[in-house]
Amino acid sequence: MTDTKPLLELRNVSTHYGAIQILRGVDVEIRRGEVVCLLGGNASGKTTMLKTILGYVVPTQGDVVLDGRRITGLPTQRLVGLGVSMVPENRRLFKRMTVRENLELGCYLRQDSGEIAKDFERVFTLFPKVKQRLSQRAGTLSGGEQQMVAMARALMARPKLLLMDEPSMGLAPVLVEQNFDIIREVNQQGTTVFVVEQNARMALSIADRGYVLQTGKIVLADTAERLMSNPRMQEAYLGKL
Amino acid sequence: MTATGELAAIDFVPAPKAGPRAIRLGLVGGAVAVFVSVNGMVEAFSGRLLLGSLALGEALLLSVPLLIGYLAGRPEPVLEGFTARRPGWRNVLAGLVAGLASGVTLALFVVLVASFDIRGVFLNATPELVRDGPRILTFGLELGAGLGLLLGLYVALGGAGGVLQVLPGRFRRAVLTALGWVAGLALMQPAVAQVLRGIQQELRIWTAPLTDFLYDASGALSVPGIATIAAAAFCLQLLASRQHRKPVRTRLEQLPDRSRRILRVAILAAVLLLLGLLPQVIGPFLSEVLNIAGIFLLMALGLNIVVGFAGLLDLGYVAFFAVGAYTTALLTSPQSSVGVGWVFWLAVPFVILAAAVSGLMVGTPVLRMRGDYLAIVTLGFGEIARLLFISDWLKPWFGGAQGIIQVGDISLGPVQIRTPEAFFYVLFVFVLLAAYATYALQDSRIGRAWMAMREDEAVAEAMGVNIVTAKLSAFIVGAVLAGFGGALFATKIGSVFPHSFNVIVSITVLVVIIVGGMASVPGVVLGTLVLVGLPELLREFEEYRFLIYGALLIFMMLKRPEGFIPSGRRAEELHEQEVAQDEWLVAGAPETGATDADRDEPN
Repeated sequence: MTDTKPLLELRNVSTHYGAIQILRGVDVEIRRGEVVCLLGGNASGKTTMLKTILGYVVPTQGDVVLDGRRITGLPTQRLVGLGVSMVPENRRLFKRMTVRENLELGCYLRQDSGEIAKDFERVFTLFPKVKQRLSQRAGTLSGGEQQMVAMARALMARPKLLLMDEPSMGLAPVLVEQNFDIIREVNQQGTTVFVVEQNARMALSIADRGYVLQTGKIVLADTAERLMSNPRMQEAYLGKL
Repeated sequence: MTATGELAAIDFVPAPKAGPRAIRLGLVGGAVAVFVSVNGMVEAFSGRLLLGSLALGEALLLSVPLLIGYLAGRPEPVLEGFTARRPGWRNVLAGLVAGLASGVTLALFVVLVASFDIRGVFLNATPELVRDGPRILTFGLELGAGLGLLLGLYVALGGAGGVLQVLPGRFRRAVLTALGWVAGLALMQPAVAQVLRGIQQELRIWTAPLTDFLYDASGALSVPGIATIAAAAFCLQLLASRQHRKPVRTRLEQLPDRSRRILRVAILAAVLLLLGLLPQVIGPFLSEVLNIAGIFLLMALGLNIVVGFAGLLDLGYVAFFAVGAYTTALLTSPQSSVGVGWVFWLAVPFVILAAAVSGLMVGTPVLRMRGDYLAIVTLGFGEIARLLFISDWLKPWFGGAQGIIQVGDISLGPVQIRTPEAFFYVLFVFVLLAAYATYALQDSRIGRAWMAMREDEAVAEAMGVNIVTAKLSAFIVGAVLAGFGGALFATKIGSVFPHSFNVIVSITVLVVIIVGGMASVPGVVLGTLVLVGLPELLREFEEYRFLIYGALLIFMMLKRPEGFIPSGRRAEELHEQEVAQDEWLVAGAPETGATDADRDEPN
């Protein structure tokens, strides 16, 4: 299922906030069809890496390459058209708009109404609860439901690459597990997933490969299995069992 | 600890808190009464007679205990698991206490004014209030007797307010409706009389007897008039709130499709006919009032798009109004520097162009700004525009402080629009256009983008919304509507002067949409009529206009931050923010994870 050709590449990327360096020459490669996770503690630069891919932050060095095309510094609003969508940290739904309006914004740039209708159906099969809540204001949903809507909204763009920032944050353990099951399902339907997580065990359980980021540098990069059994990982992120 | 799952209704009455609350409210009422006396409102309003010899000033003073008594007598909210106390003498007592507290406060003030000269600080605290001449606060009586009457009236009216709370809901609403109608007809006497006169002249319906029946020669409501109005309003409201009666809306929805369509067309035709006749019936003065309100309405609809839809707080909105006015003046006045003296309609495309360009000029530098910063910067832009128009540097073009005179009238074919009545029609068309544009934009793609941007700019960007075009288009649409307002303003007045374009205009328009209801067209219309139309009608209020705006804003922010007629979404937004702020205060609030799990369970 995994293709060897990289869908997204970060080549020696550095970013700064003002004079402070956040990412220090990072190399990441995400191949078509993979689930790749990025692990790391607080302030290690995980979110910054996503922001860099999405163009919120322009790297001070290096390149971001999507599907062989250099997208470094491209304005954020162009990315979704190129097939990259995001499930932001803390969901960040348009809370005062209805669930339907949220989903419609997910496919804001698309014109193919027939295909959009199909994607609505696909999203409803993945998240039956979302269908029940269509006319409800997104802000009135529970955290778990909001997470579903956020994912549904991202999928409505029919992305090649789905970026997820801390999907487990603020959710009860049962919901986290459910969430990751769905991520795997989305991946099996053909979407490449790049997930940023603090919950290393959970993320590695569904990922093909993982990267570990520490103070802006990739310190470990390996397959999920090997990371799971790596003693350094166990000590730092997984806790001893 | 046997059944934790269910809470049996505990037969427990919460400790009485009504007493302190009544006194607190009473003191607030007293402070209001003293304030309106000391700032001269009571005196200024004593010229207009409302009912018999009761003037507006006294009515204002006496409405305080009634309102406070009503508020104090309000039953406490019923808590789940507690039995509610039946409304009864406690509510009346609370009203009486509140009235007394207000009365005592005002009485102390009366004694103070009677004994000392405090005019050094409070200019309007004249002896006329209590000692010489009309002695408004003591009802023309000697100090002792006047104070007695004052206290007596305050207690009685406070009690009456409390009694209202004891009445069954239907009767209470009927009494309030009757009170409202009497107050409205008394206050609006000049307008009502003018409309009745207009109907007589234009429609040949003999209304003079009605006018004579309702009003005295002095312009106050007559006693039989009050009785009839009050009785009619009371009975009608009572009938309308009959039980088992379906609301009009549901009954309409139950009609078959065909008759509903016919009804809709009939209503539309009736409204158009009414509006067509309106300026003729209401005469030049009221038409002028509506025209002023209409120009503000155009601006308010424009700002509504910028602030209400796109969430960009623009405090320099008057700049676009000025641009529209000056463009019209330059192109239509033969006296201006351009001196072409075109007809109004030729100038309109240039007004659109100039407004759009100025929208771009203000919008572009503030693209990266949000919230408070945007507000401050736009405030600056508004002032810059005014200073440019007044400056010596640009005097050759804009005439400096002398402005531009002889702005052309609007002409429709051979007809020159000169009278306020004729102007109303032109304005009405522009307002309709603006309202239509608002509705159309609301449901459009760009409207969706504006809303998303208002809620979360960064995420909207990730959805593919181009923030730059969304922001600029909001600024441009808003600017063009304000430009129309300015163009009509210039031709209506016949001249433009820079001092018409100060920051107060921006503030007024903003207040209109906040009080009326942000992002809601009916709300904006109501807000303009009440906040711009009414003060033009009731000239006494002019001096206190901004005081009343201020009080109204504070009241709205506390009690109804979504405005009179809110748009559904906006209301939720504001309340949510408040709840979010309050949640923070609740000690030991469960962390997010726990709440999620709890809330997910029942599903």
